[in-house]
Amino acid sequence: MDKAMELIRSFGLPRLIITLFLLALFIIAPFAGINVGASLTDVLGRFGQNAIMVLAMVPMIHSGCGLNFGLPLGIISGLLGATLAIETGIQGPISFFLAILYSTPFALIFGWGYGKLLNRVKGSEMMIATYVGFSSVAFMSIMWLILPYHSPTMVWGYTGQGLRTTISTEGFYYHILRDSLNLRIGSFSISFGEIIFFAVFAFIIWAFLHTKTGTAMTAVGSNPVFARASGINIDKQRTLSVIMSTWLGALGILCYQQGYGFVQLYQGPMYMAMPAVSAILIGGASVNKANITNVIIGTILYQGIVSMTPSVMNSLIHTDMSEVLRIIVSNGMILYALTRKSGASR
Amino acid sequence: MSEMTNTLLEMKNVSKEYNGNPVLKDVNFTLKQGEVLGLVGENGAGKSTLMNILFGMEVIQQTGGYGGKVLIDGKEVKFASPLDALKAGIGMVHQEFSLLPGFTAAENILLNREPQNKSVLSLVFGDRANTIDRKKLQKEAIDAITKLGVELDPDMIVAEMPVGHKQFTEISREISKSAIRLLVLDEPTAVLTEKEAEMLLKAIRNLASQGISVIFITHRLQEILDVCNKVIVMRDGRIIKELEAADTSIPEMAKLMVGREVSTDKPKQDNDERKISDKIVLSVKNLWVDMPGETVRDVNLEVMDGEILGIGGLAGQGKLGIPNGIMGLFPAGGKIMLNGSEIPLNNPRACLDSSLAFVSEDRRGVGLLLDESLEWNIAFPAMQIQNKFLKNYLGGLIKWRDQAAIKEVTEKYISQLQIRCTSSLQKAKELSGGNQQKICLAKAFALEPKLLFVSEPTRGIDIGAKALVLQALREYNRKHGVTIVMISSELEELRQICDRIAIITDGAVSGILPAERPSEDFGILMVGKSKKEAM
Repeated sequence: MDKAMELIRSFGLPRLIITLFLLALFIIAPFAGINVGASLTDVLGRFGQNAIMVLAMVPMIHSGCGLNFGLPLGIISGLLGATLAIETGIQGPISFFLAILYSTPFALIFGWGYGKLLNRVKGSEMMIATYVGFSSVAFMSIMWLILPYHSPTMVWGYTGQGLRTTISTEGFYYHILRDSLNLRIGSFSISFGEIIFFAVFAFIIWAFLHTKTGTAMTAVGSNPVFARASGINIDKQRTLSVIMSTWLGALGILCYQQGYGFVQLYQGPMYMAMPAVSAILIGGASVNKANITNVIIGTILYQGIVSMTPSVMNSLIHTDMSEVLRIIVSNGMILYALTRKSGASR
Repeated sequence: MSEMTNTLLEMKNVSKEYNGNPVLKDVNFTLKQGEVLGLVGENGAGKSTLMNILFGMEVIQQTGGYGGKVLIDGKEVKFASPLDALKAGIGMVHQEFSLLPGFTAAENILLNREPQNKSVLSLVFGDRANTIDRKKLQKEAIDAITKLGVELDPDMIVAEMPVGHKQFTEISREISKSAIRLLVLDEPTAVLTEKEAEMLLKAIRNLASQGISVIFITHRLQEILDVCNKVIVMRDGRIIKELEAADTSIPEMAKLMVGREVSTDKPKQDNDERKISDKIVLSVKNLWVDMPGETVRDVNLEVMDGEILGIGGLAGQGKLGIPNGIMGLFPAGGKIMLNGSEIPLNNPRACLDSSLAFVSEDRRGVGLLLDESLEWNIAFPAMQIQNKFLKNYLGGLIKWRDQAAIKEVTEKYISQLQIRCTSSLQKAKELSGGNQQKICLAKAFALEPKLLFVSEPTRGIDIGAKALVLQALREYNRKHGVTIVMISSELEELRQICDRIAIITDGAVSGILPAERPSEDFGILMVGKSKKEAM
């Protein structure tokens, strides 16, 4: 009994409950007349779409900057890249690389400024980060209208200026990763393109954390005074981590757009940080400890719940519970994690 | 001491286990009114657990209570919380301070028990609207301080006090409670200088003569002899022996504590006649350091190649500021020359790059990555500063952590310094104080410095670990020819290991003497007499 309790504690009670809930959903699904193969496809697709945004949490958690509630800033860099790529009119796979290329300088500059700001507010990074995210979304809502875009696929049809709220990626990089290396068995299909794309960046982050600089970054997060006494420039490490997180956020939204099919502007990025924050916490990370396994497990569990509950619940009780449940899970998880600062499994 | 007849506290067959591990077994003792009981034992011997039981700490109930009986005035008591213990007249001063940093000493002493004045508003809102009677508050605080018999400014803000004064504030708070009958002091002198400790011991005797019983936990055995009536020696959760303080000696207690012979207090048992070169390796000119509570004003020092230089002095006089300032952890100014080249101040990296290393007095705050493995703790600075334990790929573009080399070096130091741990992957926070200190030393040794600053290396660790730490420093100096500058509040410890000892008073060097000189000479320097007068 003690051993069982110990096991549960190391796995984490919330994680256990969510895993069991997800398993239950999959078991009930066939009885509710839902195709399990299609559901799994859906979960994996959502994983591929969202995983990089969850990965964007990792560098900042390691350097002690807390959870990246300022993810919208990274997303905006990605949106700028996406719109600029579409503006060029170049179609096909190249447009995806162009979007990554164009978003990179924005991510670096925004990340640098964001990092400088967080260095001035040590101790309350997460609150400041939340408002950095919100205010950048508000600012860009103005900019999307003013910036001189001309591409007919993007601007409002009646005025010919100002960007539309949603822009289709059809013809540009729609399903560019989703449809590559796709394996289909009956109703189940898996896209290795997306998974490999994520794996590459997950590997890069994992490898980075095993280098000298990565070690220094983790030490800064673990005990900044120790790191300073060991000759580490704390502010530099923190800024670097914020830049990395911001860039991954930009990359994450591009990956999301190719799977989802639309570029969402204006209020789109507003609450994008919450699912990502929640996912990594469900994965077993805490405010100051996180690893790649947390990202993978967390994204699968979170996206599993989000995609399975609507279909299963709706067919069972004929009311739309999905949104309610999603909000309870994501905000509840964030609340739970913030009340206990330590205790993550590594 | 006519009141020393009534038994105040009795413990009968007290035992306690945590998760099936017995930590206290069959503890029996009695304490009379006005008696001072010394409690000694190595770290982990069960002293703190015993006091937690007495004080009704929550942790005891949460882990399944305790066995046996605790009797006060012959009646069995079971305290459910520290509040009950307080009501029964038991006060405790913990190792960690619980003071409000922004409040004055007087406000802290009478916190939540402030004398009050009725105001008009109290008629409407009840007692919560009473105002504080400042004059009376001041008076009561001064009364408590006088009762304790120490020098303490009641108007001083706690945040600005040296540690010694914080300790006095904490004790004053306990004795200002009128019902106080038993005072538990958990290593109160660990953070005090000898002078302050002496004042405190006097205060303890003073309290005892007023009929207050005291349980005094300490690692400094001389203090036990000085102040206690009785001594209880604990080891592995048992009372090994109860001794009359008058009939025992330090070697006897030390032997009982560790269960083996320990050499204590022999001044500098140097059989190796060695010559210290007259080459100056480090020279410090007009150093000032702005370290709160340890301000350095104008220090001039010269450190010879290959020696162990001790830096002593009273708490708050600035001895701790010297290494912290040189290593760039606090704002500093002046001129530091290492082997003839100047070292920039306020730049930790530059110091480390020029082969200086520092073992901080603040183990948990500065010295360790508590949440990381021992491997990380030991290898980290050497990895970051000297690119050790790294594998280079792509022509040095990628510097990969060499896990095997890190493990190897960690295990080397674990066996060399006899660090007690389950594996090199154990987290630093799980080790005991003494072993944590050894990790800090290993971390500095791994840097292979030319000059090593060690600050308060034995603070808060038990006598067995202390000897090992000092031995490790001595060996390191002898074998590798590393110059060591050791800062310590314990003069005897400095005299055991150092070649020369500098005494810091009021932020400046008041004198440097060879370690063989009798303690009194150093004592005179500490109270601020000039070098010439001491000679």
